[in-house]
Amino acid sequence: MSDLNTLTIADARDALRKGETTSVALTEACLAAIEGAGALGAFVHNTPELALDRAAQADARIQTGEAPAMCGIPLGIKDLFCTEGVPSQAASRILEGFKPEYESTVSQKLRDAGSVMLGKLNMDEFAMGSSNETSFYGNAVNPWRRQNDSADLAPGGSSGGSASAVAADLCLAATGTDTGGSIRQPAAFTGIVGLKPTYGRCSRWGIVAFASSLDQAGPMTKTVRDAAIMMQAMAGHDPKDSTSADIPVPDFEAALSGDIRGKVIGIPKEYRMEGMPAEIETLWAEGTAMLRDAGAEIRDITLPHTKYALPAYYVIAPAEASSNLARYDGVRFGHRAALAAGDGITEMYEKTRAEGFGDEVQRRVMIGTYVLSAGFYDAYYNRARRVRALIKQDFDTVFEAGVDAILTPATPSAAFELGREVSDPVEMYLNDVFTVTVNLAGLPGIAVPTGLNGEGLPLGLQLIGKPWGEADLLNTAYALESAAGFVAKPTAWW
Amino acid sequence: MSIDTETARRVAKLARIAVEEDRLPALAEEFNAILGFIEQLQEVDVEGVEPMVSVTPMRLPRREDAVTDGNQQDKVLSNAPDAREGFFAVPKVVE
Repeated sequence: MSDLNTLTIADARDALRKGETTSVALTEACLAAIEGAGALGAFVHNTPELALDRAAQADARIQTGEAPAMCGIPLGIKDLFCTEGVPSQAASRILEGFKPEYESTVSQKLRDAGSVMLGKLNMDEFAMGSSNETSFYGNAVNPWRRQNDSADLAPGGSSGGSASAVAADLCLAATGTDTGGSIRQPAAFTGIVGLKPTYGRCSRWGIVAFASSLDQAGPMTKTVRDAAIMMQAMAGHDPKDSTSADIPVPDFEAALSGDIRGKVIGIPKEYRMEGMPAEIETLWAEGTAMLRDAGAEIRDITLPHTKYALPAYYVIAPAEASSNLARYDGVRFGHRAALAAGDGITEMYEKTRAEGFGDEVQRRVMIGTYVLSAGFYDAYYNRARRVRALIKQDFDTVFEAGVDAILTPATPSAAFELGREVSDPVEMYLNDVFTVTVNLAGLPGIAVPTGLNGEGLPLGLQLIGKPWGEADLLNTAYALESAAGFVAKPTAWW
Repeated sequence: MSIDTETARRVAKLARIAVEEDRLPALAEEFNAILGFIEQLQEVDVEGVEPMVSVTPMRLPRREDAVTDGNQQDKVLSNAPDAREGFFAVPKVVE
């Protein structure tokens, strides 16, 4: 078989089980692809020996005839996941040299299922960003380019390395994490599938924390079926994360019938943003028509507090970040600043954090500190949490009225150029306008590529499901994917 | 609500991040841009709405109060920038 790195998880699984290929062969194909793709900046720590070792073990396990679906599948792991003995630094200088003595629950589950880690993937520092430009490692680059244009485009963020690697076939799939859109926005920018599950579906243990009430891990894959297969291996209760849900995990792949007749799809009027590009408007209308043609009932709905989701997010997420990132103090792990004569412990903290955190991280930690400080806690933090309750209530009302899933655009535009001048940090925040509501309400959301814009760049739609309804959501996404028939791939320039 | 240089200095201090004096005015300006954006929340009628604690209404699970882990001093210290004699070492705290 040729071009093994271009296979989907499902095809590779079937080929492995039939003995048509081996995990070692798949892994070697991916390692070769990674070798030739330095220009994408997707992989930041390569672990080829480890990968080949695990691939050989996977092959032995497949021989027994009792290997799970993910066995032998080569994956990329976002740098936010702690991986035993392998650098895990959340793309930050402050965790330079950090090699965890433990493995995150999600990456451990993928390991236990026999999958093969190829290396660690680039991302925005501490998952704070929408373009992968806040990374200490430097940019990850989108494998897609505009027609007749050689400008480097952002792969989105924060899971930009994951998106770039999957879209460029450097791995069969990758892990991502999503706090405000960090799986779905990069998936949409690179023409792949990205699923953020319900809050609590995956354990957060061992994943570097950004905003603990919003963070969730999820799969970034080439197809909806692959997202279902990989989600299966990542999900499940973990006693080490008290917010992980102790409920059964359904068989996600078995739910993919493609039959959505009679399902009610909500189209929220508040997502029709002023100044939205016509190509996004058209994409959304086409997606709506595809679901209608597949037998779903389309219903106009209202989510009245949508407008306040981003401002609420930019109180809650920085507040939680300022608290979570307090642990980076130069004492237990990572970077410690060189001290001047006479410097005490306070100077050590202050210099270490000034050197170790990049601009965006510093900005958010300080905003979080401010909104939590005496005198402002009620006016900002508590008010944002009240608005968050209203945003969740909007969704509850719609689902109680019989809506099964909600269709929206995934992003307000196609991928933009790297290095463009952003004078106002708020401008970058607007990238998450369609995705952030889902995190605030703790719902599952999936980005599915459904078309190309006039310049040949991929565009994606988002489907939002009910809490714990990933199986049904994946099936609706599968129907959308089948109708859209998106098969375009970036032309290799790297 | 407008943040001046003095407030920016105080917030940086609270966050334990050293910010050069000449950076403070620009930082205050960035804070103001973000806070201006957040200010929209004041329009929302939140009367009688409880601040959300958890998206899934749940009581935090309890467990047996038992030792389940430990005896790995070497591992705990393996990533420390400065570890000596089984301890994390830091600059002098008390004069």
